[in-house]
Amino acid sequence: MEHPIPKNKTTEIISGAEAVVRALLEEGANLAYGYPGGAIMPIYDELYKYQDQLNHVLTRHEQGAIHAAQGFARVSGKVGVCLATSGPGATNLVTGIADAQIDSTPLVCITGQVASHLLGTDAFQETDVISISAPVTKWNVQVTKAEEIPAAIAKAFYIAKSGRPGPVLIDITKDAQLGQLEYNYEKCTGVRSYEPIPKTSEEAVKAAAELINSAKKPFVIFGQGVILGQAEAAFKAFVEKSGAPAAWTVLGLSALPTDHPLNVGMVGMHGHYGPNKLTNECDVLIAVGMRFDDRVTGSLHTYAKQAKVVHFEIDPAEVDKNVKANVAVLGDCKTSLEMLLPYIDTNNHDAWHNEFKKYHEEELKAVIEPQLKPTKEGLTMGEVINQVNKETNGNAVVVSDVGQHQMFTVRYANFTTTRSNVTSGGLGTMGFALPAAIGAKMGAPEREVVAFIGDGGYQMTCQELGTILQTGAAVKIVVLNNEFLGMVRQWQQLFFDKRYASTTMINPDFIKLAEAYDIKAAKVVKREDLAAAVKEMIASKESYFLEVMIEKEDNVFPMVPTGACVSEVRLS
Amino acid sequence: MEEQVFTISVYTENNPGLLNRIATIFLKRHINIESLNVSRSEIENVHRFTIVARMTETNVKKLVGQIEKQIEVIKAYYHTDDEIIFHETALYKMASNLLFEQREIQNVIKNSSANIVTVHPDFFVIEKTGRRKDTEALHDQLAPYGIMQFVRSGRISISKTEMKISEKLKNF
Repeated sequence: MEHPIPKNKTTEIISGAEAVVRALLEEGANLAYGYPGGAIMPIYDELYKYQDQLNHVLTRHEQGAIHAAQGFARVSGKVGVCLATSGPGATNLVTGIADAQIDSTPLVCITGQVASHLLGTDAFQETDVISISAPVTKWNVQVTKAEEIPAAIAKAFYIAKSGRPGPVLIDITKDAQLGQLEYNYEKCTGVRSYEPIPKTSEEAVKAAAELINSAKKPFVIFGQGVILGQAEAAFKAFVEKSGAPAAWTVLGLSALPTDHPLNVGMVGMHGHYGPNKLTNECDVLIAVGMRFDDRVTGSLHTYAKQAKVVHFEIDPAEVDKNVKANVAVLGDCKTSLEMLLPYIDTNNHDAWHNEFKKYHEEELKAVIEPQLKPTKEGLTMGEVINQVNKETNGNAVVVSDVGQHQMFTVRYANFTTTRSNVTSGGLGTMGFALPAAIGAKMGAPEREVVAFIGDGGYQMTCQELGTILQTGAAVKIVVLNNEFLGMVRQWQQLFFDKRYASTTMINPDFIKLAEAYDIKAAKVVKREDLAAAVKEMIASKESYFLEVMIEKEDNVFPMVPTGACVSEVRLS
Repeated sequence: MEEQVFTISVYTENNPGLLNRIATIFLKRHINIESLNVSRSEIENVHRFTIVARMTETNVKKLVGQIEKQIEVIKAYYHTDDEIIFHETALYKMASNLLFEQREIQNVIKNSSANIVTVHPDFFVIEKTGRRKDTEALHDQLAPYGIMQFVRSGRISISKTEMKISEKLKNF
């Protein structure tokens, strides 16, 4: 059943469906996630023939497929691939597409479509997925002729991974899959209407350096752009030379090791105390590969008004979108930071760092110590995450879902390695973590992958335990169970007079559920059992499920209430 | 910042899905498209959208940024009314007997520099090209006689300064 790709470029006649699989292989994609159905069956028939070269992972739902592809892409830096049939198959991808779009994750999604003569007839499983996905894709296209398939896939990969990455969707009619074409694959190297990376101006770099060198209180905020641009080393060199304290957005996390002396923590709604307070005291704010999301800035009217802003950004549409930049340095941040470095004066800003330390001391006493060394009976999410830190030495890929546990995870998990934090940042998609962890494990098979998930989000995609059963993906699943939709409950407590509308959860027996899928499982109710349970989980060579019962009404702090000023960050 | 009328010119590849993508950008921000015209441009195989909408300059800058971000958009520009030459065309269908029974209608047509594009036994069609106020004025003058059908095109415009679109394509 070997179908090696011929090395010589002589054309041959093959089907559109085979061209899809061959094109995926040409692009280096030997792993895809998906779910078959009527309109994509010809492609699945080819996947059967090419199964030695392309591993197709059958998930239990198309949403699971796309989140797995996202997890794979986030840890590996490669393009994630997922496949679905027309109609409901395609619409089930939409949440993941929107998630990948807002978090700049490179994906190629291939959907089957009804035969072209049936388009527009409301045929069985016909959905206009091009229109539905247009606002949430970087690019999409419908292919109705077999001969258009290779060029469409080549363009899709090029667009997904170049510049600011994002999801693309190719909708292929069944007759195009069944049709014949003269196959000859050429990779796409450019699209004339599309400039992936704007040219970095030397003048802008110099102007940025001048501002940064003049600063008495420089403050760096870094986002996922550092990771996507593979600029971690250049970024670290810049931070170390300038001596500027550096804080991260949720998606920037892991670009700089947690224990780096210049890493001062997270900005934003549940970010650290000092970084939020001092955003409104810095004199030069240096934003690298981040987009001033509202969860980062709080009220824009009172955000860093005293500061001059330098914005390193690949996407021109992000410049001045939310926060006006005094100097915008367009381009790939690896290039621009490398250009910047020689112009930067060596500095240390000790007094300024002490201000961060003072706030950190306050946060330590009021928030961090009660989380990590609780005196109350109930377990905290922070202590569970910290226990995992101890067992993995911060070397794991940490996947989190959405809600309170996500904020605890990003605040308390330790990172030594880039591309290790996988979470749904922009869209906040509950149900993301379990399938994303499966993809992450396949993207970095040699690494430990630990997923922290709330009891709510877990039940949105726990059907993917079936994918773990079938593939043997050795992911470690930690459900932090407070029997509440905790984040919504926290807001109800703080802003809706404790009217807990539809946030209490009567949960199933999660241990039985895991065991039904042949996954080893344990439950921790008491603090004294936590360390041993975490140790056993991490030591396991196979997938492992750990449920930890958490104090029911614990809250995430610090907190910048919605629409408040970042310096109004609350410790309780 | 005050809202004003902007004319947005978008040079694109010929892709039927683009209209949808561009319209969505306006919809998402609750900006009403006052007029829209799509035609070929001075460059072969390059299409040109001319969109008129009212907003602040801060918002039009952001909006144009989002439009340019679309893969198959080559370049987008925005202009205020004094930076462009612009026109709209209106067609008015009237009953033919008016030409004979209401002779003053001929003066209305002549004085407004409108053209009669066709005359049928039952109806005739007047065409008027100009600014919005000109086609509106003619509408108001003809209305008392009974307009059988009225339609007005989207704005088309030419910028006074160069839009360096060919140069951008050459660089590719």
